[in-house]
Amino acid sequence: MISLTVNDRPVTVAAEPDTPLLWVLREHLGLTGTKYGCGVAACGACTVHLDGAAVRACALPASEAAGRAVTTIEGLPGGAQNPLVRAWVAVEAPQCGYCQTGQIMQAATLLARTPQPSRAEILAHMDGNLCRCASYNQIVEAIQQAARGA
Amino acid sequence: MSRTSTLGRRGVLAGATGLALAFAFRGPESAEAAGPAALDAPSLNAPALNAYVRIGPDGTITIQAPVPEMGQGSDTSLPLILAEELDADWSRVRIATAPVRPAFDSPIFRSQFVVASLSVRGYWMPLRIAGAQARRVLLEAVAARWGVPVAELTTEPSVVVHAASGRRISYGEVAAFATVPATLPEITPAALKPVSAFRLIGRDVPRHDVPAKALGQTVFAIDVRLPGMLHATVARSPGLGARPVSHNGAELLRRPGITHVIPLDQGVAIVGERIEAVLAARRALRVQWSPGEGPAHESDAALASYLTDARDTSRSGVTAGRAGEAAQAIAAAARVHTAEFATDYVYHAQMEPLACVASITAEGVEIWDGTQWPSQVRDEAARIAGVPAERVKVNMLTMGGGFGRRAAIDTSIETVHIAKAVGRPVKVMATREDDIANAHARPMTAHRIDVGLDAEGRITGWRHRLAADLVVPILYGRGRLDAQRGVHHIVTCHANVAQYDVPATLTEHVYREHGVRTAPWRGIGAGPNAFAVEAVIDDLARQARTDPLAYRMALLRDARAKAVLQAVGEMADWGRRREGTSLGIGFARLGLPQLGESLSATVAEVALDRAHGRIRVLRLWCAADIGLAVQPRNAMRQIEGSLLWGVSSALTERLTFRDGAVQQSNFTDYEVLRASDTPEVHVRLIRSGEMPLPAGELGLGTVAPAISNAVLAATGRRLNIMPFTPERVRAALAA
Ligand code: FES
Ligand code: FES
Repeated sequence: MISLTVNDRPVTVAAEPDTPLLWVLREHLGLTGTKYGCGVAACGACTVHLDGAAVRACALPASEAAGRAVTTIEGLPGGAQNPLVRAWVAVEAPQCGYCQTGQIMQAATLLARTPQPSRAEILAHMDGNLCRCASYNQIVEAIQQAARGA
Repeated sequence: MSRTSTLGRRGVLAGATGLALAFAFRGPESAEAAGPAALDAPSLNAPALNAYVRIGPDGTITIQAPVPEMGQGSDTSLPLILAEELDADWSRVRIATAPVRPAFDSPIFRSQFVVASLSVRGYWMPLRIAGAQARRVLLEAVAARWGVPVAELTTEPSVVVHAASGRRISYGEVAAFATVPATLPEITPAALKPVSAFRLIGRDVPRHDVPAKALGQTVFAIDVRLPGMLHATVARSPGLGARPVSHNGAELLRRPGITHVIPLDQGVAIVGERIEAVLAARRALRVQWSPGEGPAHESDAALASYLTDARDTSRSGVTAGRAGEAAQAIAAAARVHTAEFATDYVYHAQMEPLACVASITAEGVEIWDGTQWPSQVRDEAARIAGVPAERVKVNMLTMGGGFGRRAAIDTSIETVHIAKAVGRPVKVMATREDDIANAHARPMTAHRIDVGLDAEGRITGWRHRLAADLVVPILYGRGRLDAQRGVHHIVTCHANVAQYDVPATLTEHVYREHGVRTAPWRGIGAGPNAFAVEAVIDDLARQARTDPLAYRMALLRDARAKAVLQAVGEMADWGRRREGTSLGIGFARLGLPQLGESLSATVAEVALDRAHGRIRVLRLWCAADIGLAVQPRNAMRQIEGSLLWGVSSALTERLTFRDGAVQQSNFTDYEVLRASDTPEVHVRLIRSGEMPLPAGELGLGTVAPAISNAVLAATGRRLNIMPFTPERVRAALAA
């Protein structure tokens, strides 16, 4: 049994403590917006927030998240009205879309620290989040648009 | 496999449903086809006007998207084509995903099959006709009710207008009383809207699939969860034909949560209640495999033998294309230019690992799949489960990237086998490690090009010999290759130089078969072939002491090709010298000559770190002629994506085999393009004609030659083995 706080809700799941948080979220809690891409912290598809920091859920034993606040794309403040989500939609950043929730969760922690990031700052911050559709230039545009509050 | 017989049966089905375009519009079939979708339609009594469209009394227009979305945007662009001819108010259109039924087959493939960037091109006429037909039904109903001639009626978005009396009636109101005639009105191409009257096609509308993707609400196959569902993963044998001989499954079955260990034709499946238990057992699985079809493949060593085959003109290959007498022209030439190229295997690396869900009940089979070939999944599932194809329901889910990998349906087939064996719904998911171990690679290639030139330096003959693995027999079965007289269109595409004014050309393909699993890969043969061809063009320009762009301009045959070249030269400011960087150019076609080819030219601005052999692509400019762009912004994004695939495959992507097995294991050692290596990209569309042409893979072939040509311009050295890894770059510079 593991007790967690996910998207502001306390939850208890019947999983071994070393189960990666990713599978607890996806299969035990049905929060499938967090994706599996590599399982070894090499792609960023599973990015979620742990106490506000971007972490790779595939490489984090669920027990380490116990007592801390986990936020997934489903719990991103504002939902469809979140400035990043709005910019993502306006720019049409997603192609296949599979990587994009991880991209948004990663981007959110950049804007929290650097409200007006340059292209270079964005590329450096987003470098661990792969997009096989190669929507990188659109991701830069969407982050800049969200930063401008457009 | 039994692919040949399956294809044969489909042929019969297609024949029975009538001529190429007629099948979409038959009354009885439309009702049946629209069945499952109707369940969640806003209005259950919305009449189905034909298979593709129904209009509810509330004015909601539901249009079926006939192929699944994988990032290409067809979920929006295909329904938009129908809406244009229907004169629909786009804000009232609801897009549904079509069922997998012959009514929704592409006339090009006679199947619901998403490959070769041909969805828009293939469905263009069927959807326009379906839209025009639905509109005609509405007009006739209004004419009868108002007692006016149909010819006096016109439409505005979702409204029928009778100008003479000033009367107007909305489509929803018409739908409330209109009946669908037993025989739907015949629409001839002449009755379609003139392109100049389009108000949706050619103007960007928001992509239908995007908001859900940004919110994480899109359901990919890997996300499907059913009551009572088991989880499974499959260890695939290292090469084609290798089978499990023994395994430690009995031991794994003692683990809590593991329910089954199932030997498959070319794999072993582990099944259990919890994904984490299944993945842990997968790590502990040990399998002995029988020898596969090929000898234990060592790709590095084999590349040398591919080159030997490409070089050895005494070894005849399959003639994939021929015009004139190239061999004689080269033998008689004043001078012969010869060049050799090679490319490594590459992996699709789609971000969603392969996944599929199946459930078999007394009713039949239901499948939730992200597949590029839904019709084939349906037919194979029917065969495995022993039910008629009509009792297989395939839910076409969004794919987390396809790129050709999901044209192969190996995982779907295995999922149905596993579901049959366990008697419960099951989700099969590949780990990334297994996804790459089971890579269906783009073939490794070696190229030898000989160009004959006369005393004035004019090209007299061009021979391209290509040694490469095969894709066609693995994707379609041996029968298809035999039917094509051995011509392997996927690997040899665009190996000829038809765009250039060359009097005699010959393309020969020497088969190499090593039991490597292969599949189409974005751009298919154009990637390696355009690399070789466009590098040679630059070599020739250099020998002629002519600017490479001007050289191409003089050699290109048609005005459309010249226009893209001219445009890209302007975009890149080609003539301007740069400090510390250099420019290179590449040209590529996409498509089938009989259906229309799209054209592209790209300029790459490249910085070379000579000491480390590292190449950085700073900017790409691409001019593209895709005919009529249905959704210009999306088309540009697709082209940008394919250009960046070009960068990725030119610089880092490399799949190698040792002892018959893939050596790479994850994104840690199979490197795809990342954010920090992404160049700025500028795409300009050039409109030509009134027909949409392929876009999604266009441009990929232009990039590797543009990069190699830029390095040539800066150093005089040719990078001729792709990817251009730092070791290879240093070796080329030292040569
Ligand atoms: S799945 Fe966690 S980083 Fe790739
Ligand atoms: S949108 Fe497809 S992987 Fe990023």
